[in-house]
Amino acid sequence: MRALFQDNPFRLYIGLALLLIVSAIGLVLPWFTPVDPLEWYTAPRNQGPSGAHPLGTTSLGQDIFWLLTWAVRNSLILGVSVAFLSTLIGVFLGLTAGYVGGGLDRFLSFLMDALICIPTLPILILLAALFGGQLSLVAAGVALVVFNWPFPGRQVRAVALSMREREFVNVAWFSGERRSRILTRHIFPYIAGWSAANFINTVLVAIATESALAVIGLSSASQATVGTMIYWALKYQALLGERYIWIGAPVVVIVALFIGLFLMSSGLAMRSSERRMSI
Amino acid sequence: MRLVNFIAGRIAVYVMVLAVGMTILFFVPRFAPTDPVDAMLAKIAVQSGYMDASQVDALRASLSDTFGLDGSLLEQYGAFLRRVFVEFDFGPSLSMYPTPVMELISNALPWTFGLLFSATIIAWVLGNFVGLLAGWKPNSNAGRAMEGLAICLYPIPYYIVALILSVLFSYVWAIFPLTTTIRGAPWSWDLVRSIVWNSFLPAMAIVITTFGWWIISVKAQTQALKEEEFVRYARLKGLSDARLLGRYILPNALLPQITFLALQIGLMFNGSLITEIIFDYPGLGLLIYKAVLQGDYNLLMGTISLSIVAVATATMIIDFLYPLIDPRIRHG
Repeated sequence: MRALFQDNPFRLYIGLALLLIVSAIGLVLPWFTPVDPLEWYTAPRNQGPSGAHPLGTTSLGQDIFWLLTWAVRNSLILGVSVAFLSTLIGVFLGLTAGYVGGGLDRFLSFLMDALICIPTLPILILLAALFGGQLSLVAAGVALVVFNWPFPGRQVRAVALSMREREFVNVAWFSGERRSRILTRHIFPYIAGWSAANFINTVLVAIATESALAVIGLSSASQATVGTMIYWALKYQALLGERYIWIGAPVVVIVALFIGLFLMSSGLAMRSSERRMSI
Repeated sequence: MRLVNFIAGRIAVYVMVLAVGMTILFFVPRFAPTDPVDAMLAKIAVQSGYMDASQVDALRASLSDTFGLDGSLLEQYGAFLRRVFVEFDFGPSLSMYPTPVMELISNALPWTFGLLFSATIIAWVLGNFVGLLAGWKPNSNAGRAMEGLAICLYPIPYYIVALILSVLFSYVWAIFPLTTTIRGAPWSWDLVRSIVWNSFLPAMAIVITTFGWWIISVKAQTQALKEEEFVRYARLKGLSDARLLGRYILPNALLPQITFLALQIGLMFNGSLITEIIFDYPGLGLLIYKAVLQGDYNLLMGTISLSIVAVATATMIIDFLYPLIDPRIRHG
């Protein structure tokens, strides 16, 4: 326990272990599903855990265990795609703003500051209402990218800005290297650590926001995500009926996933701030 | 001079936030796959049964007006901005006809503001206090335990905490109400007690989910500051721990905490929307939710425009606290 919060690598290992467990649930197990877990009444309703159904079944006759694996898979796919695109756009525009400077930098900085201040959830709710009460995962993903790229963008811009004044960048510049090469070969390595930390944090934010939308019934009900699972369980009064596993399983998985993601991203951020100090 | 620059720059960002936000709100309905007016009319027709043609036409006109669908795109945009910033008028609510949307919003806004404000203050003060002590003695058991707790609490989303609290304290051990019902005559103790009683669990949900972050960040600040030369010098001078913490470390550690607070307001607002919906709390979040369920687009556009304005304004006000604490901006 002592080393856990003192040593960054240890923090990373715990985070990694949690992520591996959740990824195994979400990325490996769905390949082995016996029946489509979204299909209603493929199993007896409201069963407790048994050999055939390890976590029991829902009031809609779905196997909770296999439903959970699909839900985790979809949530992970959404989170990773949003994080990938946001990081890509954020790193590109952040580098450009910080390195090119001038009017473009001012415009991009303004835009990033503005987007960061706008609350995402109300906009997603508006989108859901306009799309007929439910937002598809793709539409939710696109909206999340629009509002999440400024976070890595701002950070990368700040690093790029400070790198521009460094000696070795000037040396590269005076020895006639192209701008694109300076950006990719000399500046990017310093940004990679931050970007990784940001990437993981964006996975967390994307999954959390989508499931918030899902819990109030505004995300796609025809796809399983961790949030929609909680929504259906609440809708069918899983708490009053004391079917705690139905609602408890997605809650436990989402908490494990988020703690894992947070440990990884904060561990990585600490590591890169140490590295930046030591340059 | 520096102070003037700071304030002018900040106001420019504020204007930009509102411009970007309102532009998004203006264009989103225009890119929706369905015509919002038709979808809306169909929904109203289903809910209210028979309507004659003149009623439908009147509704269509009102709805086109709400979405600002008359005239060229530029005229529409101008009219939309005028409605939000000059007239503060979003038309009548369609589900609670003919109550104006603004009246519903002004009834709901104090609830959201009160809930978020009190929960944020409690979480910020508590988190910073605990984090400061944890950072001062980072190797003590209490310091470690606090950071561990914070690491486990911070990443858990609002709705999970809200759900767990409502299960524990409204089902299992039913000491708090499951949904919000405010009772009592105006300006009476009964009313105050009822408000505090009903707001306790929603506020706790927000406090629990946010205060972990304040512990984590202020602890890191404190640990770094402790190694600074001016703190070491003060310690060698023989100053007491209390004075070191209060006069040397606290002001410096709080600066970034205020920046973080400004950055987090948007996320916290998202969280309070969900928390309100789960606890049936009569604020802006519940109003947005009702507007979606009942297809009340006037109310929806009004509440969402106002959320953006409210969050942007709150963020700016927090940023204006900065010069009060940082003398470098004040006397630069």
